[in-house]
Amino acid sequence: MARMKFLCDADRCIECNACVTACKNEHEVPWGINRRRVVTINDGKPGERSVSMACMHCTDAPCQAVCPVNCFYTTADGVVLHSKDLCIGCGYCFYACPFGAPQYPKVGNFGSRGKMDKCTYCAGGPEADGSQEEYEKYGANRLAEGKLPLCAEMCSTKSLLAGDGEIIAQIYKERVVKRGYGSGAWGWKTAYRETIAS
Amino acid sequence: MATVVTRNWFMCIRFIVGALVLAVIVAVVAPAGAQQRNPDNSVNPTASSVSEDKLFQELNRISGRCTIPDQKACTIEQPAGRDWRHFHEVTLRWIGAIAILGMLALLVFFYLFRGMVKIEAGRSGRVLRRFSTFERLVHWMTASCFVILAISGLNITFGRPLLLPLLGPDTFATWAQWAKYAHNYLSFPFTLGVVLICLMWIAGNLPTKVDVEWLKEGGGIVGHRHPHAYRFNAGQKAIYWIVVLGGGAVAASGYLLMFPFYGTNIADMQVAQVVHGVIALLFVAAMLGHIYIGTLGMEGAFEGMWDGTVDVNWAKQHHDLWLEQETSKGHVTAPPPEGKMQPAE
Repeated sequence: MARMKFLCDADRCIECNACVTACKNEHEVPWGINRRRVVTINDGKPGERSVSMACMHCTDAPCQAVCPVNCFYTTADGVVLHSKDLCIGCGYCFYACPFGAPQYPKVGNFGSRGKMDKCTYCAGGPEADGSQEEYEKYGANRLAEGKLPLCAEMCSTKSLLAGDGEIIAQIYKERVVKRGYGSGAWGWKTAYRETIAS
Repeated sequence: MATVVTRNWFMCIRFIVGALVLAVIVAVVAPAGAQQRNPDNSVNPTASSVSEDKLFQELNRISGRCTIPDQKACTIEQPAGRDWRHFHEVTLRWIGAIAILGMLALLVFFYLFRGMVKIEAGRSGRVLRRFSTFERLVHWMTASCFVILAISGLNITFGRPLLLPLLGPDTFATWAQWAKYAHNYLSFPFTLGVVLICLMWIAGNLPTKVDVEWLKEGGGIVGHRHPHAYRFNAGQKAIYWIVVLGGGAVAASGYLLMFPFYGTNIADMQVAQVVHGVIALLFVAAMLGHIYIGTLGMEGAFEGMWDGTVDVNWAKQHHDLWLEQETSKGHVTAPPPEGKMQPAE
């Protein structure tokens, strides 16, 4: 079985934000929530880099560990998903997440967080694959159709890679060897406790 | 003719100066330029680029600029959640288990050893007012909120390992959802209760010399003698300050969590959760002791908060100085024939 991961090659990202828009559109993500975003570090200074970041689908995911109602599950592909039927909107996953992935729609007057929403790796949720119910709660299930996450599929510079961790790491390594540089796989140490030699 | 020579001379100097300036600029810039190149002289665009490791060394998180309206999303990595996770999963559960089970074990042991502290002289049949209706209303409002807050809060920390296997995921999630609503909404009457308790009982709860003596004697429940006490003895004063300070800290940290990003970031909220969890668990343990003394532990104590009156002999045994004050004010009267259920006035 594949172990699905994301990898953002910061030396290729041109901060076009198309991944952000594609994600929002593909899943009809609610207003005010961004499952993916592009962050530019040292903006306007020499050596600035942009990184596209979403849920990294961590190994031994902290969100899953701290959830008081155990609403998270890791699929056979290593994708971290959650059930909005079980989620109580307590906010604990969001204290634990290193990548700021969990977000809550504002549903009430004060602090009443709604059901948590985050990147699903385009893999939906616990409902039947491709069902209307699944689409309304989690968005499209591209993985069930044999497709990779849309953000990575449509990335114009192929900066954002999605797929089996070993394969995308190999692609990245070859790039680094060929061009002679690479600023590393951002977030991999935190999410997967591993790094790609550059 | 002379002017032409002079002009040529000036042009010559200008050329020399210009060449020197150029040489200096090249000399200064060249080493910097050299760093941008790989050993094989190809350009290395990452020579000055930001690196994840270096950024983590500077700060415990990495932030930048982003173009979406939610500026919180501009922080891309903050691995401190890992420490918080360990606290929530391991440390807090140990603190809670030791504090609460330890207190329960202590109370069971104490009850077996000491039993209920009786009114030694027996009931006199005469009562005096201990708590007004308003005081009792505030006490029971705060107390009932506290019990629900404690159960719903314990559910967040201990529900998953203890209750979830019993109830199953759907039932447990439904219960936890209602518990969360109760926890959020009942925090308001609870906080109001803590504020009112703080104000209405502060006069009787400031430490005095009598408390030192009382503590030396071991109080009325541990020791067997009955040290002097005014309306509140040192043990009750301790409960008062636990409620006021502990309740204040729990309320403040709780509201920070309930209103995310109002003056906080995620690191602050992790700290707020640590404070909230630890103090709340110690608070629960302390209140178990309070409930024990108010019910099983001492004869004649519960009615003071329930009916508002206590037996005169109870007051003589536990709050002799207070009884003297009340007697001198003429507040202690003979009871009506029906007994103590009637108000004393």
